[in-house]
Order: sequence, then C-alpha cells, then structure tokens
Amino acid sequence: MTMTELHALLPIIVIAGISVVLMVMTAFFRHQRLASLITYGGFIAAAVLVAGQTGSGPQQATPLLIMDEYSRFFSLVILVTSLAATMLAYDYLRRSDVFKEEYYILLSLAVLGAVVLVSSNHFAAFFIGIELMSVSLFAMVGYMVQGRTRRAVTLEASVKYMILSGVSSSFLLFGIALVYADFGVLSFSGLHSLLGLHSTSSYSQIGAAMIVVGLAFKLSWVPFHMWTPDVYEGAPVPVTAFLATVSKVSVFAIIVRFFIESGAFRLEALVQALVWIAVLSMLVGNGLALLQQNIKRLLAYSSIAHLGYLMVAFIAIAGSNLANTNLAVEATAFYLVAYIVMSLIAFGIITTLSSPERAEEAETLAHFRGLFWQKPGLATAMGLALLSLAGIPLTIGFVGKFYVFAAGVAGQLWLLVGVLIVGSALGLYYYLRLIMEMCKAPDTEPAISREETPLENRVVLSALGLVLLVIGIFPNGLITTVHAAVAVLR
Amino acid sequence: MQLVWIIVCLFAGGACAGIAGRISADASRWLSLATLVVAGLLGLSLLQPSLQDPSVLIAGSDAPQGQWLHLVQAIWIPHFGIQFLLAADGISVVLILLTLFLGFIALLSAWKEIQQRVGFFYFNLLWTLAGVVGIFAALDLFLFFVFWEVMLIPMFLIISIWGHEDRHYAAMKFFIYTQASSLLLLAAMLALVFIHWQQTDSLSFSWFDLLGLDLDPGLGMVLMLGFFIAFLVKLPGVPVHNWLPDAHTQAPTPGSVILAGILLKTGAYGLLRFIIPLFPDAAAQFTPVALTLGVISILYAAKLAFAQNDIKRLIAYTSISHMGFVLIGIFSWNAIALQGAIMQMVGHGLSSAGLFALAGALQHRLHTRALDAMGGLWSSLPRLAAVAMFFAIAALGLPGLGNFVGEFLVLLGTFQVHATTAVVSALAMVVAPIYALVLLQKGFFGPPSAALAGKVDTVADFGSRELLMMGAMMLGLVILGLFPRLVTVYLQPALAGLQQLGWGG
Repeated sequence: MTMTELHALLPIIVIAGISVVLMVMTAFFRHQRLASLITYGGFIAAAVLVAGQTGSGPQQATPLLIMDEYSRFFSLVILVTSLAATMLAYDYLRRSDVFKEEYYILLSLAVLGAVVLVSSNHFAAFFIGIELMSVSLFAMVGYMVQGRTRRAVTLEASVKYMILSGVSSSFLLFGIALVYADFGVLSFSGLHSLLGLHSTSSYSQIGAAMIVVGLAFKLSWVPFHMWTPDVYEGAPVPVTAFLATVSKVSVFAIIVRFFIESGAFRLEALVQALVWIAVLSMLVGNGLALLQQNIKRLLAYSSIAHLGYLMVAFIAIAGSNLANTNLAVEATAFYLVAYIVMSLIAFGIITTLSSPERAEEAETLAHFRGLFWQKPGLATAMGLALLSLAGIPLTIGFVGKFYVFAAGVAGQLWLLVGVLIVGSALGLYYYLRLIMEMCKAPDTEPAISREETPLENRVVLSALGLVLLVIGIFPNGLITTVHAAVAVLR
Repeated sequence: MQLVWIIVCLFAGGACAGIAGRISADASRWLSLATLVVAGLLGLSLLQPSLQDPSVLIAGSDAPQGQWLHLVQAIWIPHFGIQFLLAADGISVVLILLTLFLGFIALLSAWKEIQQRVGFFYFNLLWTLAGVVGIFAALDLFLFFVFWEVMLIPMFLIISIWGHEDRHYAAMKFFIYTQASSLLLLAAMLALVFIHWQQTDSLSFSWFDLLGLDLDPGLGMVLMLGFFIAFLVKLPGVPVHNWLPDAHTQAPTPGSVILAGILLKTGAYGLLRFIIPLFPDAAAQFTPVALTLGVISILYAAKLAFAQNDIKRLIAYTSISHMGFVLIGIFSWNAIALQGAIMQMVGHGLSSAGLFALAGALQHRLHTRALDAMGGLWSSLPRLAAVAMFFAIAALGLPGLGNFVGEFLVLLGTFQVHATTAVVSALAMVVAPIYALVLLQKGFFGPPSAALAGKVDTVADFGSRELLMMGAMMLGLVILGLFPRLVTVYLQPALAGLQQLGWGG
C-alpha cells in the first residue's frame, strides 16, 4: 500500500478509529457526553478529510475500494447525515434507561460499513460494507429494550430484521458466487465486458438477479418490504432515523454504481423485473400508508414509496441516450439527498417529542394534534418535511421529484411516470392528514410533555429545515455538485 | 420590476403579518392592510408600460412583438434552462389588478370574522395572493408551476383551519383534485420541454421558446389534455367540478371570496395563455369537446344551483355556470369572444366575491346558511337585502352591469363560429334569473321562517366597513357594465397578439 492509497483511506481509518476509541473508553468508564463528543469529532474530521480530497481525481486504494467523486460525495452525505442523526439522538438517549455508550460504538461501526459500501467497486468490499452495516444495525434496533409494552415490539423488530437481513445477505453472497463461477471476476469494472454480452450461461443472469433480490431486501422494495413497517415501529426512533436514511441511501448509491459499472442494465429481463418492482413499490407503499394510524409505520410505507420513485430514475439510466442517462443518474443522487433531509426532519421531530423515560414514542396522531399551536417551531419543521415528502414546490422534495419526473419523461417511461403521478396523488392524502392534525385545536390534555426542546435538536432541525428550503428555492448549487459527482460513473 | 416587487411585497408582508400575529391580532390586520395598499399602488403602476421596445428583450422568439408591457428575466436553474421569467401584457395586468382588489375585499371581510389565530390567517391570505399574482405573470413554465402550487397550500390551510363544520373533508378534496391534476400538468410540461430539447438541442422552459413547436398530432393531443385537465379542474368545468361546492361552502368568507373571485380565474388564464398558443392544432381538434363541456357546465350547474338550499352552495354552482361561459369564449377563439371571456372573468370575480361576502355576512349574523331558515330579511336588514338584490341581478346578467358585457360578448363571438353552441348557452339567460330570484325570494321576501322568529330584530344591518367593501364591488360592476372600454382598451392589443398564435392567425 502506497502513501497515496493510505491518504485516500484516511477517512475510513478515522471512522474505524472512533469505534476503537469508544470501545476502549467504555471498558473503563461510561460517560455519554464524552462519547457523543468523540463521535461528533470523528465524523467531522472524516468529513473534512473527504471534503479535502474532493477534486483530486479517482484513486483506487487497494483493489477493493475506489475513492472518486461519486464515493466522496456519498461518503460526505453519509457522514453529515450520521452527525445530524447522532446529535438528534443525544437527548433521547440521555433520558432513556439503557446503556448509552454502546449506541455510539454501534453507530460508528454502521457508518464505517456504509462508507466502505459506497466506496467499493469490488464484490468483497461491497459485501464487507453491507454486512458491517447490517450487523451493527440489528444490534442497534434490539438492544435498547425498555418498558413493558415496548419490549415485545422492539424484540420482534430486532429478530425479524436479523433473520431477514441474514437471508438477504445469503442471497447476495450466493449471487456473487454464481457470477464469480461464470466469469471469475469480482470487480465491477471487470464484469463490464462480460455481463449481459456473453449470456450463454444462465449462471450470471441468475447471479445478478439474486444480487438484486439481496439488495431489494435492504432497500425494502416491494415485494421484499415486509420487514420495514415492523422494524421502523419497533426500533427506537433515533435508530429508525438512522436506518431510514443512511442504510437506504448507501445501498442505493452502490446499486447505481454496480449497475452502471458492471453493465447489468444490459440484462433486459432484470430491468423488466425492476420496472414491476418500481410499480409495486409506488402503489403498495402509498396505498398501505393510507391505512396507517401509527406515524412510524406511515413513514415506513412512505419510504417504500419514495424508494419506488427513486427507481423510476434508476430504470431511466438504462436508456441508450447518453444525455438522458446522465440526467437519470443525477436524479437518483439528488433525490437521495432530498430524501435524507426530509426523512431526518420527520424522524428528528418524532425523536424530540418522544418520552423514552416513559417508554413512549410520539407515534400516534394524538401526539401531533394541535402541535402547531403549542410548539410552532417544531410543527413548522414537520410541516415543511411533510410538504417536501409530498413534493410541493419551494422544498427540496419538489426539486427531487421534478428531477425524477424529468428523468422518467426523458427516458419515455410512460408507465412509470403514470404510476408516479397516481402514487404522488395518493401520498398527498396521508401527508396532509398529518398536517391537518397539527393544525387542529389542541386537546386540553396534551398527549406528550410539552417541555423545552433541547438545544442540540433545535440547532439540527433548524439547519435541516433551512437546507430543505434553500435547496428547494435555489437548487443550482446541489445540482452542480451532483453533476460533478456522477460524471465519473461510466 | 414592479411585478417582482408586488410578489415580494406580498410574500414579505405575509411573513411579517404572521409574526406580528403572535404579538397582537390588530397589528397583524393593519400590517396586512398596509401590505395590500403598497401592493395595490404597485399594481396600479403596472398600467404604465415599462417596456419601450419589447423586441430587444425577447429576441429570437416567434412571439408577436409589442404586446408586452413588462418583462423581468433572470437565470434561475441553468442546468434545466429554467429562468425567472415574469412578463405581463394587458390581460395579466387586468387580472393582477382584480387579484389585488379582491385581496382588499377578502381582508375587509376577514376583519371581524376571523378571530382565532389571526396572524397565521393573514399569512396564508397574502401568500395565496402572491401565488396568484405570480401565476398571472409567470411565463417560464417551471415558474408558473411553482406559483400554481404555492397558492394551494395556504388556501388548503385557510379552508381546513378556519372553515365551517365539514372543513377537513372539503379541504382535502380541494387539495387532492387540484394537486393530482397539476401532476398531469407537470408531466405534460416536461414532455413538451423534452420534445423541444430533442428538436433544438437546448433545454428551455420559457413560453416564448416553446411556441410553435412541431408536434406529432397524437402526442400533441395527449400533452394538450394534460394541460387541459389541470386547468379544467381549476376552472372548474363539468365533470371535474366536484370539489368546488364543498370547498366554497366550507371555506370561511374571505376564503370563498378569494377562491371564487381569483383562484378560478387561474384555470381560465391557463387555458388562454398556454393551451391554445402552445397546442394550436390539438386545441382546434379538441374544440367541439371543449365547447360541449362548456355548455354542459353552464346549464347543468345552473340547474343544480336552483336546487340548493345552502346559500353558499347555490352561489358555488352559479360560479361553475358562469365559468362555463369563459370556457366557450376561449375555445371560440375570436376577438369578441376572447374579450368577452376576460370581461366575464372580471365581472364574475366581482359578483361572486360580492355574493360570497354577503353569504358570509348572513351566516355571521344568523348562524345558518340554509335558505329555509331565512326569509323576510328585507324588512329587518334593508341595507344588506338591497346589496343582495344588486349582486343577484348582476349575477343573472342584467344589462348595464359587468357580467352582462361578458356574457353578451361571449355569446356574440361564439355565434359567429359555433352558432348552435351559442344558442344553447343562451338558455342560461333563462335559467340564471330563476336561481337568482329564488335566492332573493327565499332569503329576503316573504314572512320570516320559524327558525328566525324573534331573532330577526336583534341582528345588526351592514355597518360602514361592510358597506364600503360592498360599495367598492358594486361600483366596479357598474363601471364595468357602463364603460367596458376602460378595460378592453388594455385587452385588445394583448389579445390580438395572442390570437395570431392560435388557429385563426
């Protein structure tokens, strides 16, 4: 390993360092504030390192990892998201009756996995990254067991997630093995001249399909979505926030790279299957979200729908026209950022309103009734996030949806665009219902303690709200960044 | 630049009024009034053209020159070729002035009625107005779409927070109808832009660039329908008018005033500005269907209006009927019918706003909207009843008042191209007096209803604030009816330019 490779890997080493330092520290004494500060510091340091390398060209570090603009962009996104998610979690953890420091250890391990994942261009690193992230995540979902009523839900979620995650990983591994058996290569770019062109053997086709199934579980594409609502509901909110953003986004980022670099878009049957998965995701996600009374479950189904919207742009990449392809890749990257911002706000607000000391999550409509008149700041942020999720202009979600629409129309995917319209129209209903609930006259007896919002949450939520609006009105900065980041994928 | 300042002024004033509402309700009221005064003055300054030579600014476009009075152009999202492009011709200026004027009316009608969460109400009111002004001025399709949506959310909140008993249902219905149809608009808009991109290799959302595109007939029809449905929902026309009676009935008075007076006009404006110029061939082919829908709207809604007992529902159906005239006027696409359509928009804006303000005043006093529960109000509320008489006969199209000019010109223009349509639509002249007189008969003449007995002497007649508000609208209708040239002088050059883009030109 040369010095330049080491330099390129430095952010990953720093993140790994956080978990080691925290583990050693926790072995001797426990201190939540210190652990949180170490985590923040580590994420900021890694982010600064990544940002410093931006523009320095692609750097293959070992055969497993590539540091180019695309992986740097998503590493940065993941680090900033994780920083925000950790800050939002602080007060929740402080008030809950569990071992707190382990959260930071597991979280930094999951982030390490996510960063490795988005930087991989080789099946080995790909698998290591995804496993590191998933294993940390199912520990995070399950270990904060509290309260008599929540206990069963949490444990169920944890076990469900663990088993399905394990199954999907084995699909993934078997798929990789089949592709390897066919071609004898494990790097994405090595497959580019092989996959879909020499389709004499069905191994590689089945292999690619199994890889997609494995990833579909992680992305909760319909019909591989069954775990999502239960896990979202059962996990403590800060964990749900992390799960919904970082894990989804990193897996989606890598599936885009994998498909482009390995040439998997040439497998027509697979792309056709993806079209139906997209249609189902949008319809089932939005349709079932209509029926939910529990806000966490509602957001789970809504996230399924949003992953479906993303797939419209993803499938548009398969088109032959180069300009359209670029537009579609940009659309996925832009939408992922938009998705993170709005989901983090929504879950951040549920986190802020929850009372872990009473083992109560702010997940019913009653928790939000009249919020606008009692906590206008929080309600405004939530309202913005919901409007953005619904795709209303002047928010980042609208620009994202506009991008996806543009990609779909440019790729002439009329079926998908049609379903996108229907899905969005359905979506309006449940987002607006929540907004309406917030605008109703408050109950005399508030369902949640209306105490002061902690400073950390206020800072993070206002920052996110600002990002949501500013990018929604002046999207050009992010568009340029995204444009530069995806240009390396060829 | 006045265009930008009006919009900025309304947005900023709305935000300030919202914040001021946390300190005192009165501060928020006066601040909104001040905002509207400033915006109104800026609006009046629009009558003076700011462009000496429009051809310099819109070089390279096929658009007919010389009709634009104002133009503001800036780069917004270069990656998609999206500009911040505001332009106003005579049509836009007239509609913007109508918007600001009815903004005043809405503000005055809210003054006493809205007592809860006052700051937030004025925030929503002013933002709706800002969105509507933006719609009438935006000529970049993306910008148009943004304003199109921006006016929806505040309106949704106005209905769902300050509305009457069934407000949540009505607000949701309103929003889903308009939003779902506007997604069709978005998709059609994007497809149009991408066709332009394929043909010229440059991405642009500008109206000027998209004119005269060479469209495949089938595709042109599909895209035109995407636009048409979105605008028809807003207009509203049969068969997508269903949201309107609910939304109107449940909205608070100022909400109804804005909704009937201005929001419906955005749909008509869209038909006029976008559908026929952008898709002349498809629109020409589609004309028989559009005219039929217009005629059905006119007659069917008039019949339904007659059957209503809820006074606001009755007025809502008359709105649909009146907007049917606008639809056939636009699709007749000749100079007279187009002028008539816009005069009808302005006249209907004033008369329906007046009727809704009146219905609001009645509900505020009697706590009911049922015509059954009224009656005999002429003796106890003489001023209110006289005003009601005025607006009712304005709505039925009495010569000398604004609506007559509009309906007459529409029928005259339509007769030249589609005589049958004009003849059938003219039946409305028979149906309209029926519902208008039923409204007066049940509400104001005869003996007071049992529900009203004993209560009727205690309610107050119109005070000076309400008389001022109603008087302003009445004056507007009379001026419009007697001196229509004051308005048409601004419309003629703009319409002449626009007309060349359609099939007649």
